[in-house]
Amino acid sequence: MGQTITEKILAAHASRERVTPGEHIWIDVDVLMTHDVCGPPSIDIFKREFGQEARVWDPDKLVIMPDHYIFTADPHARRNIEILRVFAAEQELPHYYDVGSARYAGVCHIALAEEGFNRPGEVLFGTDSHTCTSGAFGMFSTGVGNTDAALIMGTGKIWVRVPETMRFVFDGELPPYLMAKDLILTVIGDVGIDGGTYRALQFTGEAVYDLSMEERMTLTNMAIEAGGKNGVIEADSKTIEYVRERTDHVFEPVYSDADARYESERVYDVSVIEPVVAKPHRPDNRASVSEVAGIRLDRAYIGSCTGGKLGDFRAAAGLLKGQEVRIDTFVVPSSTHVAEEMRVETIGGESLWDIFVNAGCKMGHANCGACLGGPIDTLGRTTGEEIVISTTNRNFPGRMGSRDASVYLASPLTAAASALFGVITDPREVLV
Amino acid sequence: MYVVGDSIDTDQIIPARHLVYSMTVPDERKQYGRYALSAVPDRGQGLPEGHTPLTAPDAWKSDYSILVAGSNFGCGSSREHAPFALREAGIEAVIAHSYARIFYRNAVDGGFLIPLESFSNLIDVIRTGDELQIEISSSSFKNLTTGYDGLLKPLGDVAEILRAGNVFEYARQAGFIDEK
Ligand code: SF4
Repeated sequence: MGQTITEKILAAHASRERVTPGEHIWIDVDVLMTHDVCGPPSIDIFKREFGQEARVWDPDKLVIMPDHYIFTADPHARRNIEILRVFAAEQELPHYYDVGSARYAGVCHIALAEEGFNRPGEVLFGTDSHTCTSGAFGMFSTGVGNTDAALIMGTGKIWVRVPETMRFVFDGELPPYLMAKDLILTVIGDVGIDGGTYRALQFTGEAVYDLSMEERMTLTNMAIEAGGKNGVIEADSKTIEYVRERTDHVFEPVYSDADARYESERVYDVSVIEPVVAKPHRPDNRASVSEVAGIRLDRAYIGSCTGGKLGDFRAAAGLLKGQEVRIDTFVVPSSTHVAEEMRVETIGGESLWDIFVNAGCKMGHANCGACLGGPIDTLGRTTGEEIVISTTNRNFPGRMGSRDASVYLASPLTAAASALFGVITDPREVLV
Repeated sequence: MYVVGDSIDTDQIIPARHLVYSMTVPDERKQYGRYALSAVPDRGQGLPEGHTPLTAPDAWKSDYSILVAGSNFGCGSSREHAPFALREAGIEAVIAHSYARIFYRNAVDGGFLIPLESFSNLIDVIRTGDELQIEISSSSFKNLTTGYDGLLKPLGDVAEILRAGNVFEYARQAGFIDEK
């Protein structure tokens, strides 16, 4: 019997012909990514276990991207960046994206793609649960804690339990009012917040392959919100072109065998999917926008690795052009590259950036921002009982700062439409 | 023992704004014990009554050493600070109906907690403050307050990592990495 793409990549990295779901195996890691929150404690553990003078297994395979607590006066957060800086210098790391330097890149999952670290067939681990995002490039990627990261830093190896694969097929042509966010919130609502625990979530179908790489990353990004170990989309010509434009690294795409075994398969016709939100306080608490339309909002947040990519802003700006938002609306690009492109790309002669400014939005620098609450002085962080519509990926109590705030997760189109009216609004009401 | 509900995510276990504290400097690491489970909404803190913080407002450690949780415990972020915070608060073992994958891994590989799994959801039959005894060798527990007892799922492969202390010791014993 054949194997899935996930099984084949894991087998190759364990120097094996084949692996079976449920097995525990040790594999070689191609890239390890860490950031300012989990990097410093991972470095501590690395030194504790391998010695103060230890060297990382392969400096070319370690990527450090501070992004979480960047624009804050918090002294502890600033100390974390200093720890990364010292470590990068001491270990002579070629891939350290320092804050305040021209290299600073923004949110790791997006910057990994932009900087050419996402490559078909490879294995990437990161100290962040949304590391599953990179799976959009036909690779195995998942999040781990500090201890596992330290083990990889020292050895380049890690153990994994081989996951079974759930397959999600999206047929049809995506209507203009839907985005990848609606598709993934639909999936999470169907399988539940733990329906994918220990499993790989593989996305396929013509609607998936019609999506841009950015939109595909929205699908794999939220695999973890169903408990998934990794999300994966096999590479096509778009993937290969995207990667080749960004790196000379040699890579070998891997594809599922025709007779691979899947734990389950769900088929969706995208023409009948509705714009959806996840209501407070769980990402699987799905409702169609029409069911919750009219709910009063205090603010909108458009940003994060899920909803702060160029295409997300293109979609939102299309609705906001020439209009004014009725509620506090925060716009936080995921990466410095996206922020630059927002000033270059125009709609009707006006840059995306200017469209947001002229609509009255509050603009942020590229970073995680209020997506995870963060230090008290973080732009857009909730502090009270705010009701928020957000393009981020989690709405657990306290996620955006305040335990008493209520967060609705939505697509950038739905968030922008809602910002215009100050109540949850179906994007079909405003799309012309 | 102390009881919380279903799908308690890592933001509720240790809110993101506290993650700036060092996990090694003694004066800072104790903050993790103070704030463990602090973002669980009040009514969910210490079931069934709620309104009982794991760590008293003026304390650094909890009076409880066993945590009972519902399904999907520890979902959300990959922060190892979550099992670490529970450990700093004084929790030694968790019995949950099920775990999110990364939390489970972190608890085991870092050697912070023993993550046990119950066959059914126990949050309706065990109350915060009950006295609980766990026997790892027979995978069983007994509620000394009510007399209710039951079996837990065997730890399986991860028992070896827990026995070794953490994943590094395990890997050394198995010959995957060199002696220190
Ligand atoms: S933007 Fe949000 S979800 Fe993405 S890496 Fe940052 S904190 Fe995590």
